[in-house]
Amino acid sequence: MSLFSAIDTAATALEAQSVRLNTISSNLANAGAVARTPEEAYRAQYVVFETMYQGAMGEMEGASNGVQVSEVVLSDLPPRKEYVPSHPLADEEGFIYRSTVNSVEEIANMIEASRNYQSNIEAMNTTKQLILRTLTLGR
Amino acid sequence: MSPISSALGLSPQVLELRARRMELLSANMANSDTPGFKARDIDFAAAMKSVQGEGGMMRTHRQHMGGVGVDSNGVHAMYRVPSQPSLDGNTVETHREHAAFMDNAVRFQASLNLLDSRLRGLRTAIRGQV
Repeated sequence: MSLFSAIDTAATALEAQSVRLNTISSNLANAGAVARTPEEAYRAQYVVFETMYQGAMGEMEGASNGVQVSEVVLSDLPPRKEYVPSHPLADEEGFIYRSTVNSVEEIANMIEASRNYQSNIEAMNTTKQLILRTLTLGR
Repeated sequence: MSPISSALGLSPQVLELRARRMELLSANMANSDTPGFKARDIDFAAAMKSVQGEGGMMRTHRQHMGGVGVDSNGVHAMYRVPSQPSLDGNTVETHREHAAFMDNAVRFQASLNLLDSRLRGLRTAIRGQV
């Protein structure tokens, strides 16, 4: 029944958005992380979304195309190099490497993710009401 | 058409189409952040005509194939034209999807009410008393 698959589609979006929120919180938690070498520095993570096509070609035209996280990519920005000789993690030349996280960007990303989460929950709720209303048909 | 289904009128077909549109719109909303996703919707009037067998091509044999974008019910889902195209190729505009979703939900309920009253009428006719 297609109303149920509308709920399933919204559920895939909730799942994908929660993965996105998870990476954002991990990025924000590590925003102040410091490392001794550029390789060890924390790199921001970003999710890549992809549409789920179910079944074979015939069904590709079907309507229930959910969304999934196809991969989590690491930011390719170079870690910020800073001269702080007194820092306990400073290397021989007195440099430390800060994470590549941009907090403002992350917050904007978070707002977008939570808005999307909300609108999918709303869609789910409306669909649920319609299903319940259909069940009481003819009473 | 059996007498009972003709007594129910068009409502069952309308509900089926509305449910399908619901499915499409929720897929659009789910993919509002997917790069390259193209939003789709149903031209309701055209879909209704093809369900009723007017216009378009008919499937007269079970081995006939549907055209591009036509599913087994003969419903043609078309791509939306974005008013503000985004750089990543995504054509979902959340506000439009929300409006369409709400509109569809209300019309679904209206059809349900209509079907409900028809069913009640039938029951009255069968019992012969109110």
